[in-house]
Amino acid sequence: MVYLTRKIEFSASHFYHNPALSPEENRRVFGKCNNPHGHGHNYALEVTIAGEPDPVTGMVLDLKDLKEILEREVMQRMDHRHLNIEVPELKGQIPTCENIARVIWHLLEPKITQGKLYKVRLYENSDLFADCYRNGAGART
Amino acid sequence: MTAEQLHVELGRRYHFSASHRLHNPQLSGEENCRIYGKCNNPHGHGHNYAVEVRLSGKIDPATGMISNLADLDSFVNEKVIEPFDHRSLNEEVPAFRNAVPTTEILCIEIFRRLKSFPYAKLEAVRVQETTNNSFEFAGE
Repeated sequence: MVYLTRKIEFSASHFYHNPALSPEENRRVFGKCNNPHGHGHNYALEVTIAGEPDPVTGMVLDLKDLKEILEREVMQRMDHRHLNIEVPELKGQIPTCENIARVIWHLLEPKITQGKLYKVRLYENSDLFADCYRNGAGART
Repeated sequence: MTAEQLHVELGRRYHFSASHRLHNPQLSGEENCRIYGKCNNPHGHGHNYAVEVRLSGKIDPATGMISNLADLDSFVNEKVIEPFDHRSLNEEVPAFRNAVPTTEILCIEIFRRLKSFPYAKLEAVRVQETTNNSFEFAGE
């Protein structure tokens, strides 16, 4: 098995607010991230595909295809967008790293037809990230 | 696929600077020098360490988080950053009184200190000694 990873970067704004909590609770739980005017990050997304290289092409999957999938599914949806307002897949969820990574997993998984989606890692900044695996996927890269 | 079929981990990086010396008193001076090279310098030397902590757990639907970052930050600060930052690992961290503070052993020690985090499961600790080498421990 070979693991292939491609990285893309996008910038987006968001804020954390749970309407079921009082304003005081929101401020206590989410701190600065609760500012209703929002703030932004340069997100970095690493997508890892697991598979066997094709004997003819030597590729797990064609990087051009992966690049196109990432452009369509992630960049067009999220780059320079407000994650709370403009990404319907995140509706009703707090747009944390964990939830965005999970949404990206669900967007990408059905589109990966050569090899298998193994891991999604989303960095909000260089010191904070979330990893998403299929449960029981075992070994890490 | 439902969310429950996904395994999600939260990763957070921390930084501290500390000095150490690699020296095993059970070995001769020549052997220490041969094995540890420059790292055996009796005056010690230091690194900017980066510690990557990975945790798993349920994403709380109310917060969207596996763990509240403020809780995690204060736990890691108390258990690792405060006792290690700008210290001599050999002289000031009891675990290294009788152990050589290689980054392998440091990584295991940090994992041991963080294992009891109450709000999520500690999956792994990765310690970068420099940008060119790193060590990861995921428990026994």
